[in-house]
Amino acid sequence: MWNKKLVTIVTEKAIESNLEDSFKDWGIKGYTITDARGKGNRGVRSAVWDQAANIRIEVVTDGKMAELLCERLKAEYYDNYAMILFTVDVQTLRDDKF
Amino acid sequence: MIDNLLNPAVLFFVLGLVAGILKSDLKVPQALYESLSLYLLIVIGMKGGVELSKTSIQSIGLPVMGALALGIVIPLVAYAILKYVGKFSVPDAAAIAAHYGSVSAVTYAVCLSFLQKMNVPFEGFSAVLLVTMEVPAIVVAIMIARLYRSKTQALPWGKFFHEVFLSKSIVLLVGGLIIGVVVGDAGMEPVKNVFFDPFKGLLAFFLLEMGLVASSRIKDLKKVGVFLVLFGIGMPLISALIGCWIGKFTGLSVGGTTILATLAASASYIAAPAAVRIAIPEANPSYYLTASLAITFPFNLTIGLPLYYKWAQWIVGKAGG
Repeated sequence: MWNKKLVTIVTEKAIESNLEDSFKDWGIKGYTITDARGKGNRGVRSAVWDQAANIRIEVVTDGKMAELLCERLKAEYYDNYAMILFTVDVQTLRDDKF
Repeated sequence: MIDNLLNPAVLFFVLGLVAGILKSDLKVPQALYESLSLYLLIVIGMKGGVELSKTSIQSIGLPVMGALALGIVIPLVAYAILKYVGKFSVPDAAAIAAHYGSVSAVTYAVCLSFLQKMNVPFEGFSAVLLVTMEVPAIVVAIMIARLYRSKTQALPWGKFFHEVFLSKSIVLLVGGLIIGVVVGDAGMEPVKNVFFDPFKGLLAFFLLEMGLVASSRIKDLKKVGVFLVLFGIGMPLISALIGCWIGKFTGLSVGGTTILATLAASASYIAAPAAVRIAIPEANPSYYLTASLAITFPFNLTIGLPLYYKWAQWIVGKAGG
């Protein structure tokens, strides 16, 4: 088993396509996006319509890339968008896939 | 005015609003909301297209120029009021201005059914005015916000234009318009019972959801302050008045002028929020969403429409309609 990092980002659906473009630029190999809803300091994100919808993005990558990803997201999005992120250690079967 | 309030669409909106405020567990599934908005936009386009196919092209030019002028003037007026009277920050003022300059297709649809109910004739090309007014205001407002920004983080204009001009509402409206023009009245006959007959019922259903969404913003009313509430009512009145005069000078009938005034008065809550969130990220969404959805939209739906019709009658003169 290989040690990797799972980065989970919860943010606004409004910036989904921007994030996907950024990921491509930064060399992220893959990610999974799911619709989400919840509550935070920017109020209830009920997902009743697009402007109140959240997404959860999961990225499995190596430690270095995970750190880079967190730094960049913080710099570019934290000021103006509802966004949280956290990382956990995970084990994967294949090393070069992530 | 009471007549207008007793329209099922308006009553459904009120039902959604009340249910939301009372915290009922009533919810319209997001997939249904999206399907309904898709249906409404394409049908608004198609209806407009069919009417357009019966209209001479020369008569459209002047009103379209007028609509374009409205799309540029309204955000500038709104911005000036918000910035200098309301003391809003540049990004917030520009973001709200984008919403008031852009238009609401649902308000437009309710206006058409209002005019039909009152037996007021209107120009067949009115959907073209709707499409014309959707984008310019968003671009104007975003340019204002960019102009004042000191630490410029370059906006990828290519991506931005792609996003605005190929947004769902533009694609569906323009696509529907073209399909409507191409097939015309006769071609529409076989699909009429899907696209045209259920329209008013589904519009009412959609407004139930709009009521729920608006109710979710009601609690933000306190946060946004008295000025924005007054702006949410005052701005549509100013815009509608300008719209009425432009309607008169571009030769529209009373019905057409009512539509132009309503378009001018309406505030966007589909195209503008999506574009503004990306292009003016510093602006607080609570301001523009609450003003547009919880104040201006219900105001236009209930008091605005009959009022703009009255104004159009006064300004254009009864002879026109």
